Amino acid sequence: MTTLDVDLAAARTALSAACGEVADAGPADAVDGVTPALVARPGSTPEVAEVLRAAAAHRLAVVPRGRGTKLTWGRPPERADLVVDLSRMDAVLDHAAGDLIVEAQAGTTLAEVQRTVAGAGQRLALDETVPGGSVGGTLATNASGPGRVAFGTARDLLIGVTVVRADGVVAKAGGRVVKNVAGYDLGKLVIGSFGTLAVVTEAVFRLHPLPAARSVVSAPFERPEEAQRLVQAVLQAQVVPSAVEVSWRPGGTGTVSVLLEGIEAGVEGRTATTRQLLGEASSAAAGLPEDWAALPWAGRPGRPTALKATFALSGLARVLETARAVAADTGLDLDLRGSAGAGVLHGALAADADPAAVARVVERLRAECTDVGGALVVLDAAPEVAAAVDTWGPVPALDLMRRVKERFDPERRLAPGRFVGGI
Amino acid sequence: MSGMHGTETTAGPIEGPVPPEATSATGEAGSNPQAMAAVVAAVEAALPPDAVVSDHIRLRTYECDGLAHYRVTPALVVLPETTEQLAAVVRACSDHGVPFVARGSGTGLSGGALPRADGVLVVTSRMRTIHEIRPEDQRAVVDPGVINLDVTHAAGPKGYYYAPDPSSQQICSIGGNLAENSGGAHCLKYGFTTNHVLGAEFVTPQGDVVQLGGMAPDSPGYDLLGAVVGSEGTLGIATRTIVKLTRLPQEVRTVLAGFASTDDAGAATSAIIGAGIVPAAIEMMDALAIEAAEAATHCDYPAGAGAVLVIELDGAAVEVEHEFAQVERICQEHHAFATRVATDPAERALIWKGRKSAFAAVGRISPDYIVQDGVIPRTALPGVLRSIAELSESSGVRVANVFHAGDGNLHPLVLFDDAVEGAAEAAEAVSGAILDLCISHGGSITGEHGVGIDKAAYMPKMFSDEDLDTMQLVRCAFDPDGVANPGKVFPTPRLCGEVPGKKKGAPHPLVAAGKATAF
Ligand SMILES: Cc1cc2nc3c(=O)[nH]c(=O)nc-3n(C[C@H](O)[C@H](O)[C@H](O)COP(=O)(O)OP(=O)(O)OC[C@H]3O[C@@H](n4cnc5c(N)ncnc54)[C@H](O)[C@@H]3O)c2cc1C
Ligand SMILES: Cc1cc2nc3c(=O)[nH]c(=O)nc-3n(C[C@H](O)[C@H](O)[C@H](O)COP(=O)(O)OP(=O)(O)OC[C@H]3O[C@@H](n4cnc5c(N)ncnc54)[C@H](O)[C@@H]3O)c2cc1C
Repeated sequence: MTTLDVDLAAARTALSAACGEVADAGPADAVDGVTPALVARPGSTPEVAEVLRAAAAHRLAVVPRGRGTKLTWGRPPERADLVVDLSRMDAVLDHAAGDLIVEAQAGTTLAEVQRTVAGAGQRLALDETVPGGSVGGTLATNASGPGRVAFGTARDLLIGVTVVRADGVVAKAGGRVVKNVAGYDLGKLVIGSFGTLAVVTEAVFRLHPLPAARSVVSAPFERPEEAQRLVQAVLQAQVVPSAVEVSWRPGGTGTVSVLLEGIEAGVEGRTATTRQLLGEASSAAAGLPEDWAALPWAGRPGRPTALKATFALSGLARVLETARAVAADTGLDLDLRGSAGAGVLHGALAADADPAAVARVVERLRAECTDVGGALVVLDAAPEVAAAVDTWGPVPALDLMRRVKERFDPERRLAPGRFVGGI
Repeated sequence: MSGMHGTETTAGPIEGPVPPEATSATGEAGSNPQAMAAVVAAVEAALPPDAVVSDHIRLRTYECDGLAHYRVTPALVVLPETTEQLAAVVRACSDHGVPFVARGSGTGLSGGALPRADGVLVVTSRMRTIHEIRPEDQRAVVDPGVINLDVTHAAGPKGYYYAPDPSSQQICSIGGNLAENSGGAHCLKYGFTTNHVLGAEFVTPQGDVVQLGGMAPDSPGYDLLGAVVGSEGTLGIATRTIVKLTRLPQEVRTVLAGFASTDDAGAATSAIIGAGIVPAAIEMMDALAIEAAEAATHCDYPAGAGAVLVIELDGAAVEVEHEFAQVERICQEHHAFATRVATDPAERALIWKGRKSAFAAVGRISPDYIVQDGVIPRTALPGVLRSIAELSESSGVRVANVFHAGDGNLHPLVLFDDAVEGAAEAAEAVSGAILDLCISHGGSITGEHGVGIDKAAYMPKMFSDEDLDTMQLVRCAFDPDGVANPGKVFPTPRLCGEVPGKKKGAPHPLVAAGKATAF
């Protein structure tokens, strides 16, 4: 879907001068059903800048792509002429082990970053929720996993960022030191912005030491109040959990899982304490289960509906209860899983679920989440479902957000329409 | 310049030497009496009479923050009691193009709350209600003027505390902390204000009240709150704020270790971090800082030490015990000649007293001093400390070092006597050279005190024109008319223009006069 006033031949020439790798887009390059005309694969920040300058000169709508693992999330773009693919920018630029920082290009996979820093007994405390995701994609989508209870999310770990604006201007914010309050924290704005504000080209993160030992204590529950009681018992104790997960298919038996990390002797003691907190039915296992950070829709056929629910911690039982009620009413199989200890649950519904029924689930869950201080977002859905639901729901301060977008991308050429309020 | 006279609260009659280039930043170049009269009328209609201060003597009490060298008397001071009143003041300012400056407790060390001679100072000291302490949600909801330590006091009985702990925590406000993204000794492990503020009711520079963030994490949309934290009051004013409460640890161990030199203490710091330990805090003081602290607080630090480390470990009991043994061993390996372990809260308080009162204590050994606040990568610590010592030696200006060693945040205290001719300039030169050192080591010009008016001129040393221009896009989005704390943070104001992306015909008068750039 190309804009009418774009002269593609001229744009192609300009892009080729900016960056060696420019190709016609194929069906595989479609962004949620929108097929761009061209794909550029710049190899450096200056090349990304050249590409975006050329795109600006030719008024191309641009969608950044990391590894393309979740390009369908968010709304489809209104238009897309050019995909800027960052997969060639896949270098870990610097790992300063003594300073516990790592600097990587945006196209580097999270897994590659982990491999590099693990050599020094360190980790970037961001879970890989979807295998193969890139640093830039993880930032742009603000992906998070179980470890957020202890380490927070990208916003707590990113200390410096280099971006290229829609007009091709390169800008940095933050730096290479953990503590720094000079200037605005642009990194925060870029995190979770879905490629609509700027293209991230490089990022600097703080690191944490890898733990010597890990154990996961799990306990079953049947009812929402039980889940809440178990989660609160752990949060209000002093066992310093790294993760407090809940997984539940309403109607069935759910699980509360608590991750404990540290030195052997410490983990042993805290495991015993946690088992007492979680009751007789609890069990403990060393190490992490295979699917520890997986999202509930992982491995499902087709294009399942992917939900993200957030809530104040004490709202857990209410959110679970509403999920149970609406699943029963609609007859849908809702699969919930997430960081209950941080106030986040992801939900999956089958790809072939009736769109009207999905819309009812979204509406009821959203009302409950909002009531307990949170929100509900539809991360991904088949087109028929996406057409039946409000993807983002009501967003406070939307006017200010639009004003930010207008300043960064006045011509609305970066991933137009993907974000809240049609940004 | 970042001079402090003895203690930061001195309110002497000396007019601060505001450099000429700063007068446009402080509004002394000229004001608009008609606009101000209109604002006064609107404010008087919206606020109780005793919440509006226009008496010159009383206005003078607000003329500076913790950086007493800069002083400007505001045209008007208001003390709103509610968000609605505060918003009404801001709306009046916006309507009439009058600048406003937020002020919490006025402890800032970069002149962030320095008033404008042509503007309104909006003081939050009457907004001090702690609305909710919610242990089950691990959140507190507080007004912007609430004192940092009061949140911890309120949460303590429930087993919680508010983690960011600036040394000024007995007086500084949550709103000021938010605006400065303040740090503290325990931020090494627990992060800075930005990691602990989850939501805020926020008054935009137009006087609109919006909600940013909330009780739950990851609010949909841009993380505007993340941009507002640390923006030093230049994007608007935060009112009712939602902060994270942290569970009190099972065990806390504090150890004081004396070393012959800062080299040894620095190497011990690196070794502790290198061992995979994340202490709650690692603080360092050098001989001169120890001397000052001893004189002021009799904290009983080891005699003859060239440096001390204050190391605190907290968490689950078994881990703390284990890490403590490691820390003791590492200190010994790095030639610590005296270690003292606090076994109860009173002993812990005594160890911390010397550290937390260090800035004021320096007043005991020098009539005047500059508090610097630079950051370097932790591994560069020994080298940078040696360079600072060389600078001090070659210039004859004494420098006491007190700092957050764990995260490389230096607080060199540059000592001088303003009564001696040229001493202030010499101290200022050393202070600036220290910042240059930080920048050349890939660090930052400020780790927690902010840019304010004091360091705006240094921003171009750390950031390119494009970086600063991009930051100001955010400013333009929030505050196109430039009424929120103008003149702070950025060396050169960016003109925002009415419609993004379109250039106007005639140049703005400031551009014509060469006082602003229009990128
Ligand atoms: C909308 C969305 C929400 C998500 N939310 C969650 C979540 O809440 N929890 C969770 O665990 N996982 C989440 N994920 C999954 C996770 O983010 C992805 O698996 C992975 O991190 C994306 O990496 P990628 O390189 O494959 O990105 P891609 O699939 O290539 O791109 C994903 C998005 O990021 C943008 N983008 C990619 N690179 C850049 C860049 N360098 N600069 C600017 N924008 C860029 C793209 O335009 C696109 O909008 C989410 C993914 C998406 C798309
Ligand atoms: C002895 C001493 C020790 C200190 N130690 C530390 C330390 O360890 N760590 C540290 O980080 N800092 C420290 N500081 C600096 C200072 O205390 C902090 O910057 C503090 O956060 C300022 O809070 P305040 O309420 O005094 O703010 P003010 O000084 O009144 O204001 C600071 C800035 O915030 C803005 N502002 C105030 N309230 C609001 C609001 N509600 N919304 C938007 N903007 C607002 C102001 O415009 C100004 O730019 C110290 C200061 C002193 C004097």
